[in-house]
Amino acid sequence: MTIREIQNQIIEDFEVFDDWMDKYNLLIELSKELPELDSTFRTEQYVIKGCQSKVWLVADLHDGKIQFKADSDAIIVKGIVALMVKVLSNQTPADILDSDLYFINQIGLKENLSPTRSNGLLAMIKQMKLYALAYQTRISGKS
Amino acid sequence: MNTAGSPDFLQIRSDFPILNQQVHGKALIYFDNAATTQKPQQVIQGITDFYTHYNSNIHRGVHRLSQESTRLYEEARQKVQAFIHARSEKEIVFTAGATASINAVATSFGDSFLSQGDEILLSQMEHHANIVPWQIVANRKGCSIKVIPMNDAGELLLEQLDSLLTEKTKIVAVSQVSNSLGTINPVKEIIEKAHQQGIPVLIDGSQAIQHQEINVTELDCDFYVFSGHKIYAPTGIGVLYGKERWLEKLPPYQGGGDMIDHVSFEKTTYNQLPFKFEAGTMNFVGAHALGLALDYVSAIGMKSIMEREANLLQYATSQLQQIEGTRIIGTASQKASVLSFVMDQIHQYDIGMVLDKMGVALRTGTHCNEPVMNYFGIDGTVRASFAFYNTEDEINIFIRGIEKVKLMFG
Repeated sequence: MTIREIQNQIIEDFEVFDDWMDKYNLLIELSKELPELDSTFRTEQYVIKGCQSKVWLVADLHDGKIQFKADSDAIIVKGIVALMVKVLSNQTPADILDSDLYFINQIGLKENLSPTRSNGLLAMIKQMKLYALAYQTRISGKS
Repeated sequence: MNTAGSPDFLQIRSDFPILNQQVHGKALIYFDNAATTQKPQQVIQGITDFYTHYNSNIHRGVHRLSQESTRLYEEARQKVQAFIHARSEKEIVFTAGATASINAVATSFGDSFLSQGDEILLSQMEHHANIVPWQIVANRKGCSIKVIPMNDAGELLLEQLDSLLTEKTKIVAVSQVSNSLGTINPVKEIIEKAHQQGIPVLIDGSQAIQHQEINVTELDCDFYVFSGHKIYAPTGIGVLYGKERWLEKLPPYQGGGDMIDHVSFEKTTYNQLPFKFEAGTMNFVGAHALGLALDYVSAIGMKSIMEREANLLQYATSQLQQIEGTRIIGTASQKASVLSFVMDQIHQYDIGMVLDKMGVALRTGTHCNEPVMNYFGIDGTVRASFAFYNTEDEINIFIRGIEKVKLMFG
């Protein structure tokens, strides 16, 4: 599925809920489905620091596509992290660099990406794109 | 809660327009008072009145408006003096806030009285604002920082004070009330012990000024600092109280404007106290509004406020303790209205996010108190801090919110 298709799928999943409580519960469910990051990666090297909650992010390139693994110490943040991974993982660096993550806005979680929310999420998106840029450069360097 | 003769706090609450609003469709419950307090209409109106009728720079003009604004500014200074029972208005310096006040003392005192090998004594529970300014001056002067330790309840271990106060100790700086734990420290005893060895003491009153009667003369502290916004006044105005003999001895730390007596390129002489420390155009509107806030608090009466807030803290504490899996951080026998806690296996950020949706404004994180968090081996707490305008009903909603959090994440 393309980044756009996955985003539209998520928007559809969230559309049935008006209540913040239901949305948070869905995020809690999503956080449980996200495999816990191996403790070897839950280190300073992979941490994206928010002031209040931490996000860890690991990236690998397989067959020209980036695989992201991520985790957070706060559950709701981890739920949003799970969505990010779902949307951007298994995509090519070029597609990731081109992507516009509109789904966050559409499912009403925009406030969580405000720079004043020191939860690490905004920095996480930036870091995912930086990984994409790095792999993109590596791929084009080889060819 | 009301006993005969005590003020009607529900009526008083209506003085605070901001409290009468909804967030996320729920009535706002403001429990972040230790971060900043809300402002009564009397203060808000006072700011508008100042700009509408009196605005003019102080201490400079011969004209009528300047004289009026200067009068209001100096009246505010007298109100502060009376409120904290300083001996003289010369001892009241207006600053931008408690942080600015501490930086002023650290810089000025450090320049004149600290040298290589000296020690500065702080406490384990200081706010970063009462640590970092001292570290900066300590680095510059080659001094070291010593720390009064605390116990698991969040009480300072005063029995260690005697061994920590040495001939190398040049100044002691401690908070009267901890912002993350709520502990009321026995500052009078600390001051007495320091003074026995001739060591001056700075008290950070940021979390005390709004909760208890302050008498700097009786405390005998050498410096006392606080921010206006913690006591129902606007941001950007604060106070540095210093004993006159200390303020006389300290050099100015900022140059320009009102702090000057005469200037030539060879030599400048400085203005008298307290103006020596008030460089540039001061926040005279803020000072005026602070005076109004102190009037407001005085009219309610600090004794009534203390009683009201003690009741709120006690009620919230007893309710929270009944929820299994919550642990209160800061269980000192003497506490101001701060309730810090953690929940088993639930991140404070998640708690804060859910409570926010229920209209409850709480603080989550380290509260600029990383050494305290490290002591307890946690990376943050949830902090509810109460003011006299809060109610038991609000605490009930907060408690229901915590129960909901437990269901959601448990």
